[in-house]
Amino acid sequence: MAEFWEFWDAYLWPTLWIIIKIVVIVMPVLLGVAYLTYAERKVIGAMHLRKGPNVVGPFGLLQPIADGLKLFLKETVIPTGANRGVFIIAPCLTFILALIGWAVIPFSEGYVLADINVGVLYLFAVSSLGVYGILMAGWASNSKYAFLGGLRSAAQMVSYEVSMGFVIITVLLCVGSLNLTDIVMAQKTVWFVIPLLPMAVIFFVSTVAETNRHPFDLPEAEAELVSGFNVEYSAMTFALFFLGEYANMILMASMTTILFLGGWLPPFDIAPFNWIPGGIWFALKVAFVLFLFLWIRATFPRYRYDQLMRLGWKVFLPISLAAVAVVAGVLVAFDLAPVQG
Amino acid sequence: MSFIDRAARSVLLSELIQGMALTLRYMFRPKVTLNYPYEKGPLSPRFRGEHALRRYPNGEERCIACKLCEAICPAQAITIEAEPRADGSRRTSRYDIDMTKCIFCGFCEEACPVDAIVEGPNFEFATETREELMYDKQKLLENGERWETELSERLTADAPYR
Repeated sequence: MAEFWEFWDAYLWPTLWIIIKIVVIVMPVLLGVAYLTYAERKVIGAMHLRKGPNVVGPFGLLQPIADGLKLFLKETVIPTGANRGVFIIAPCLTFILALIGWAVIPFSEGYVLADINVGVLYLFAVSSLGVYGILMAGWASNSKYAFLGGLRSAAQMVSYEVSMGFVIITVLLCVGSLNLTDIVMAQKTVWFVIPLLPMAVIFFVSTVAETNRHPFDLPEAEAELVSGFNVEYSAMTFALFFLGEYANMILMASMTTILFLGGWLPPFDIAPFNWIPGGIWFALKVAFVLFLFLWIRATFPRYRYDQLMRLGWKVFLPISLAAVAVVAGVLVAFDLAPVQG
Repeated sequence: MSFIDRAARSVLLSELIQGMALTLRYMFRPKVTLNYPYEKGPLSPRFRGEHALRRYPNGEERCIACKLCEAICPAQAITIEAEPRADGSRRTSRYDIDMTKCIFCGFCEEACPVDAIVEGPNFEFATETREELMYDKQKLLENGERWETELSERLTADAPYR
């Protein structure tokens, strides 16, 4: 019996505790995803002077549940020409990658699953891997539309990752650490969105392109590619892509919040603002960034493919590259660099 | 100078911000949604919906089996057979409209000399089977009885313009 308790203390309980923590993080994220689809339909509806979903439940609040149930009960069709294994793995991969990024996100001071010192790098790596799910889907479907969608998506995500990387470097120069908690704490005096405004804009636009959202949703351009890489997917496999895309949106919004909008910090460290707990500030900021995503979707028409590439390589890359040099130069010249030597 | 102006506009994203301001303003405007099954839009008196065969106030059918509607129907959706009734007056023994063929052009209504066949305000007559859309005389007369109030009102409202 004593042996069991030793085993319990050493291995079982820590494992169980981590699983509990994962569930506590994943459940709200999935709920957030469900209600992000609802919010998207409501916000875009309002901007079109429509009401959006309002039939299922009060104000249509049960609509996401009805949609999820519908997708769950439908048949998963696997095309005969498809590569079965890869075809099934692709949506799972997209979904898993959209979720594992949350491991390093600090929701409030100390509320983080894995407080690793290379948090930014981890997030960046996870978001880069996201392209594999789409590429595999495009390839395994064995359909030309899906294939073209996958190719476009791969090119697009790779292009915008480059400028995103440089933007992150400018933030890191100002912080002197890759730990996400440190990045937030470094914004105690002023959020990075103020001194690094152009970088924040570039980062935000790149996250929109990275998550394949409007106006950069070329991989799933309905007009030419009949919804692109996921054209052959149905039921739960499609739902996983959908959940993955929206979870990625929330993840990218949290990344923007942590890098530029001061994470869980209140806007002013004075009485009425710092009474509200950090988690709520974090959620509010993420909600604001997500609203921007939806707002942009309702406002702008889709980019043409060559314009997309031009913006990525000829505009964002040179500007962010120059910004790295400028920020580094300013930090050194005015002796502001956080890590000396 | 225009170069600087253009460059400043694109760097400061002024056009994008203008567009977003517009959509934000629209977001708070009153919505134009009609909650369809619960709210319905207005219908013109000339609206051409489901057909009906009308009767005179004394209960006599208006239709005299002249077959003008059958002749004018461009979709050939109307089939009429006629024979003298017991009292010697000429009436239809069969008046069928194939609603799956009908294109709702309203020519039958216009051709009718006695305002017997009319297209009413009802557009919610979807059915679950195709057979139910093969209307016969009895069905059309029933429609006429059900919608008579609306039908006569619509005809009076539209009469000055005919």
